[in-house]
Amino acid sequence: MKIPAELKYTKNDEWVRVEGDNVVVGITDYAQDQLSDIVFVEIVALEGDSLDQGETCAVIESVKAAADVYLPVSGEIIGINESLMDSPELVNEDPFGDAWLVKIKMSDPSQLEGLMDAETYQKLERDH
Amino acid sequence: MRKRIKNWKEITKTGYPVSLLSIDKDQLFAEKDLTMYTPHTQADRDAMLKAIGVNELEDLFQCLPDKGKFPNLELPDGISEMEALDELQFISSVNETPQELVSFLGAGAYNHYIPAVVDSILRRSEFYTAYTPYQPEIAQGTLQAIFEYQSLIASLTGMDVSNASHYDGATAVAEAVNMAYHNFRGKRRKIVLSNAVNPQYRETIQTYMKGMDLEFVGEDLDPEAGPDDLIELIDENTALVLVQYPDFFGRIFDLTKLSEAAHAKKALFSVHINPISLGLLKPPSEFDADIVTGEGQPLGIPMSFGGPYLGLFATKKQYVRKMAGRLAGETVDTHGNRGYVLTLNTREQHIRREQATSNICTNQGLIALASTVYLSLLGKSGLQELAKLNYHKAHYAADKISTVPGFIINPVQPFFNEFVVHCPAPAEEVNQHLLSRDILGGYDLGMVYPSQKYELLVAVTEMNTRAEIDYMVEVLEEEYHD
Repeated sequence: MKIPAELKYTKNDEWVRVEGDNVVVGITDYAQDQLSDIVFVEIVALEGDSLDQGETCAVIESVKAAADVYLPVSGEIIGINESLMDSPELVNEDPFGDAWLVKIKMSDPSQLEGLMDAETYQKLERDH
Repeated sequence: MRKRIKNWKEITKTGYPVSLLSIDKDQLFAEKDLTMYTPHTQADRDAMLKAIGVNELEDLFQCLPDKGKFPNLELPDGISEMEALDELQFISSVNETPQELVSFLGAGAYNHYIPAVVDSILRRSEFYTAYTPYQPEIAQGTLQAIFEYQSLIASLTGMDVSNASHYDGATAVAEAVNMAYHNFRGKRRKIVLSNAVNPQYRETIQTYMKGMDLEFVGEDLDPEAGPDDLIELIDENTALVLVQYPDFFGRIFDLTKLSEAAHAKKALFSVHINPISLGLLKPPSEFDADIVTGEGQPLGIPMSFGGPYLGLFATKKQYVRKMAGRLAGETVDTHGNRGYVLTLNTREQHIRREQATSNICTNQGLIALASTVYLSLLGKSGLQELAKLNYHKAHYAADKISTVPGFIINPVQPFFNEFVVHCPAPAEEVNQHLLSRDILGGYDLGMVYPSQKYELLVAVTEMNTRAEIDYMVEVLEEEYHD
């Protein structure tokens, strides 16, 4: 299971890549593996929306489940990955790369301190 | 003419409607009776009670208030099956149905002819004993029937996709509101609701949406208002604009402007239809409706005192994942053979739990099958002919009624098979008079629209012969001549 060291993580299995004042968000290798074959990605956030930490930004549907993706930090949506609408399988193939979901301009960068580093995320206890 | 009995209690021999329930508590708990119907002997029961540390069964009901515990029902003694049948038949003979009366009553439930083949297919046990088709390997027949049903409804409404049905028209309309709410993830909270939507459906919407904190506007408009009067109520907070077509008063309006106004504010537009009318009218897809709902009862389903009916629900492909209810899909098996499965299940509450659009995914399997057989039997041209027959008979009736002094019908407003008659007396009185001559007159609009006490909603279908229509007009003429 890949857990890139340079990213930050949430307990809901989202990853965050910090790019200055902005962050890129996706779901982890573990999350895509748990969901199995992903058949549909709906990014429900619209560009220009200002959303709070914990709000739903996307819904990922697999052959066996549908999962919401929550915003790891508050901010304005400045980009959404439209290619996932037509190619949802990218989430299975390249969860940390081509399958990024949204870009956010952070409104409160201090929220990053509440996220986990790779080492902590790896040790996260799984109840399933 | 048969004697009309006002109070059904007068006619029952014992004074109770159903004497079959007359079993007293001692009898219920008697060992010999229990073993006949339950798998547990008294010894089993004693062992279970001992295991959980309870002395007797009654102790388990301690939390109930005394006055509600084991009430004495004062039921009469039991009677034999033969006596019970006799009594039930006697009670049912008080019912007066459109088989005995001349009926012009509609307002959501319509008296249409049901070909015998509908019932003969429904009564095949392969269909009527089948449960939810979660296992495609044993449910191909049911799944294919649902798939055919969906294809017919999609074709009839002009929409991309139909679900496997809801309980009835009222719950289908409520699911449209629910879907619109979830489509905007609760961020738009206004529903523009025409008061020419069946008042009972509007009540069901309120029941379903209780606790959702939605604002409903449009219901306080004058009943004479048309769809374009709703346009100014639509804003950026509007999730859904909902109308009926033909509306509850039978009127047909061009919905183009209203649809455009809804879409200009990015709201969804939902149209509730009478499926028979679509044999003649433009389907709502031509008004760019996002959701089409309907009451499927006219499609081969008896009126049956209000149910079971059939909720039609169709939408555009882009909203399919927001749609509630089951969906059957066609696929191929590992050998390449055609097969049917429930599809896009992740929408449903057994997978998505609280995230699902609706927590009701039940469909009306058997009733949907009835409509499938009915529509297949009629075919496209049969449905068109039926719709024309309804239209022409209703217009004949309207013309004749408007020749009776004091009875006025809007001469301009187009209608399908139902229309409002303004009466020279309260509609309730007109109805009573007609009933005394074995005619079910129509729906007294004053019952739900206080300003409409003189308005009678009259429905005419292929079941009404010319002689019946002429007879009603005669009866009106006798009573209301100049």
